[in-house]
Amino acid sequence: MKLVTMAHGGGGTRMQELLSQTVFPLLGGSATDAEDAAVLDLEAGRVAFTTDSFVVRPLFFPGGDIGKLAVCGTVNDLAMRGAKPLYLSLGLIIEEGLPFETLEQALTSVAEWAGRAGVRVVAGDTKVVERGKADGLFINTAGVGVVPEGRDVSITGARKGDALIINGYIGDHGVAVMTEREGFRFESGVVSDCAPLNVLTEAMFAAGKVGAMRDATRGGLGAVLKEMAAASGAAIEIEEGSLPIRDGVRAVCELLGFDPLYIANEGKLVASVPSGDENAVLEAMRSVEEGRDSVTIGRVIDGKPGEVVMVTKLGSRRLIRMPSGEQLPRIC
Amino acid sequence: MKYVDEFRSPGVVKALAEKTKRLSGGHASYMEVCGTHTMAISRSGLRELLAPEVELISGPGCPVCVTSDRDIDRAIAIASLPDVTMTTFGDMMKVPGSEGSLADAQARGADVRVVYSPLDSLQVAGETDRRVVFLGVGFETTAPTVAATILQAAAQNVDNFYVLSLHKLVPPALRALASQDDFRIDGFLLPGHVSAIIGSDVYNFLPEEYGIPCAIAGFEPADIMEAVYLLAVMEKPEVRTEYARAVRPGGNPKALLVMRRVFEPVDVEWRGLFTIPGSGLALRPELSSMDAGKWEVELPEPKPRAACRCGDILLGRIKPFDCPLFAGACTPDEPVGPCMVSSEGTCASYYLYSGEAD
Repeated sequence: MKLVTMAHGGGGTRMQELLSQTVFPLLGGSATDAEDAAVLDLEAGRVAFTTDSFVVRPLFFPGGDIGKLAVCGTVNDLAMRGAKPLYLSLGLIIEEGLPFETLEQALTSVAEWAGRAGVRVVAGDTKVVERGKADGLFINTAGVGVVPEGRDVSITGARKGDALIINGYIGDHGVAVMTEREGFRFESGVVSDCAPLNVLTEAMFAAGKVGAMRDATRGGLGAVLKEMAAASGAAIEIEEGSLPIRDGVRAVCELLGFDPLYIANEGKLVASVPSGDENAVLEAMRSVEEGRDSVTIGRVIDGKPGEVVMVTKLGSRRLIRMPSGEQLPRIC
Repeated sequence: MKYVDEFRSPGVVKALAEKTKRLSGGHASYMEVCGTHTMAISRSGLRELLAPEVELISGPGCPVCVTSDRDIDRAIAIASLPDVTMTTFGDMMKVPGSEGSLADAQARGADVRVVYSPLDSLQVAGETDRRVVFLGVGFETTAPTVAATILQAAAQNVDNFYVLSLHKLVPPALRALASQDDFRIDGFLLPGHVSAIIGSDVYNFLPEEYGIPCAIAGFEPADIMEAVYLLAVMEKPEVRTEYARAVRPGGNPKALLVMRRVFEPVDVEWRGLFTIPGSGLALRPELSSMDAGKWEVELPEPKPRAACRCGDILLGRIKPFDCPLFAGACTPDEPVGPCMVSSEGTCASYYLYSGEAD
């Protein structure tokens, strides 16, 4: 089995070999791309720019892997600001001893999902660190996109009366990664929801106005609702009965004492939409694969700014708090 | 989801709440002694559905919360030994001792690993030459699985596996509470899972000696509501079992036997309370070679905990909101007292799920 060695990060012939024989071919580029910086052609207007690092353990899990995650995470952060994602950078931090096969699988996944999301990897960097100084493979991606004229989406944009819409089931990613990692001797059958959301967001913008929008990653839906309420100076009320939660996720959460509201997602967004546009946006969302199970879960209401309340299935009201710490570390 | 949804049916829960409302003549306060009940009550907002005269008070029912500073100090000292790997449940990581928590010790280089089952520790022991110490915390629900792990380690001659047992027993604690002069409650809501192990008969002393009505309840909203209803309609104090689908009068004989083969009762200190006779579980002398509690370790000077009123909260004297530190100086991110540390601590569940704090 061929392994990555310190020499592959050393800047010499081994490194050239790694880039020209593994990285560039798998990403669909060639050695001639090895300039010091990419020069990008962008439409005039506003540019969105973001970065994210990925340290998920294990590297491969049901429904995804670190490569897919690294593309989708950054693509989604751009899409949440109303941008059309265009370019990514790819920074690899490889632990000495990583099998080439593993690296190749991750890079193949990067290429596949970059293709599906319609973005190009145009810059990158590779470092190798000693065994024990990293955990197999860490990836950083930065992303650039353009925001079309007239779009103004921000976490501060939720207004009283808006409907709060989510594009499907919550908690899938966290549960899928955890059950894979912790080696539980039960099968949850839950698959990560990791997916690029830019096709979905484009469909939403075409159908109506979107006020606030954010993807519900670490901290889960609960954290995003709290952030949205605080940033928008609004109160939010959600209905427990309307939250889409799969039986497998519920079962794992019941067994282990987790609250699905705070479990991470990698392909879910929450959007506030003026009630007049609610039906049109929902319909548009449901026409896209990533939005098939879209549903309204609550409203922005008159109330104490920053407060999020859940009406339980029993009809009682429960306050939603910002989660403390993390229920599950290293899930992205 | 089968066996869950039936017990969360809004119709059933509301009907029980209404029936209890119609009954309640005067003020009644019931103590749920178990943290899992406290969590379930807060999470489903059950307090709101009850008549205002019916009050649910949270007792000392979280094994993490009642672990003493001294025991945490001992766990940290053992975890910090250079050749030791400590395994424990996630809730123990953030509990503050005299000088920081296990999480702090981990940041300083101690090898501490979170496991979901004590059996996972045996696997860890099989993969290393280090001494692996499982930090055992919990009531009678958890103790049998730890006991079974110890027996398995002995049977397989695993020579690098040890246990630091901080296990505690529920009935002696209930007796200690009931014996307090100023202890006034109208009934105990007893934990279903502990009772599935120890049975319902062991609680008979509560109605017989102290005149306190008891209802053993499961953990779903309908279970808890029905148990409250049973307490409200009870004419003379007795032990009633709402959770009959899991609890037998004599408990689970197999689990009890395993526990007795491995552990013996000892006097232990409950944090925020006092030392309760026969309320802890230590490894029996014949298993002392696996008992990390016997190790000589250096402990830091004990430090008094300023202004924290966890003790009064655990005794049901005050509600979390009455503590001057609650939600201000003491939050789940920066816990001062043990009730805020564990996810099933009284203060943590009030903080996470209840609006009154604002």
